[in-house]
Amino acid sequence: MSLRLTGLFVVFACLAPLLSHGIAIDQEFDDPAKAELYERLNEEVRCLVCQNQTIGSSNAPLAADLRREVREQVDAGMSEAEIKTFLTDRYGDFVLYKPRYDGPALLLWVAPGLLLLFGLVMLIRSLRRRASLELTDATGDDA
Amino acid sequence: MTRYLIPIVIFGLLIVVFTIGLGRDPTFVPSPLIGKTAPAFELPLLSDPENLVTDAELRGQVWVLNVWATWCVGCRQEHATLNRIASLGTVPIIGLNWKDDHALAEEWLEKLGNPYVATGFDGDGRVAIDWGVYGAPETFLIDASGTVLYRHISPMTMDTWQTEFVPRIRAAKESS
Repeated sequence: MSLRLTGLFVVFACLAPLLSHGIAIDQEFDDPAKAELYERLNEEVRCLVCQNQTIGSSNAPLAADLRREVREQVDAGMSEAEIKTFLTDRYGDFVLYKPRYDGPALLLWVAPGLLLLFGLVMLIRSLRRRASLELTDATGDDA
Repeated sequence: MTRYLIPIVIFGLLIVVFTIGLGRDPTFVPSPLIGKTAPAFELPLLSDPENLVTDAELRGQVWVLNVWATWCVGCRQEHATLNRIASLGTVPIIGLNWKDDHALAEEWLEKLGNPYVATGFDGDGRVAIDWGVYGAPETFLIDASGTVLYRHISPMTMDTWQTEFVPRIRAAKESS
């Protein structure tokens, strides 16, 4: 790729997020806290027809319906937890990009830590064994 | 010996897990509604907007809810099958016309036949959200007490109907 093409690519790549962001913003909230919650939910709720997009980044009719639903509930003063429960009651945990800290999803959260712990234990064990082997080798040489 | 066996066993287990994982359809989302009470709804009839179709009037019988729209290719594909199932008369099929054009939807039923005992017109998709609908066609099975028994996503086939719906319908009718 020539330098100019690369430059062009970089420019477009930088513009792309702006483009995708533009879809979700349709009208402003009076309360900045509500606006912030709406924006955050737009980034955290999955559009199920276009599964690798959030409702904030999708143009699908279902995403628009879900944004409307979220907007109305935010407007009505419902909390983030209440809105998320509303969505998972209907669409399951999959609708949330960030799994909750309970149920089977808990395994997802603790698995990396458990695996790391397991690896460390194995590492220490093998290091100790090696150390004791070297020790017996050394004593063997002495004899 | 076990030292070499353990990694091989772990590797074997991973192969099994990944093979099962690869065989699953990643676009399939299980419905959290199964085993729960069907969401309540009151929708104007497609054929007669002055009158409503409600979940309450369907209580006491096993019924099927089919989500469809004229913009949905899979719905066109399954329509003949639905007509056939309706002609068998096992259970009533209720249509949920999802985010559709009213005139086009009426024309569709006139042209292709009407397998539904009633069709609710859900123009803004609110009832569909309550049912966790994300892609038409979807077909739900509801028992006499109003509990959702099963959901099928993607076009209905005679095979799916025979293997997934008929046994459940039989069991539901026997228990009620």
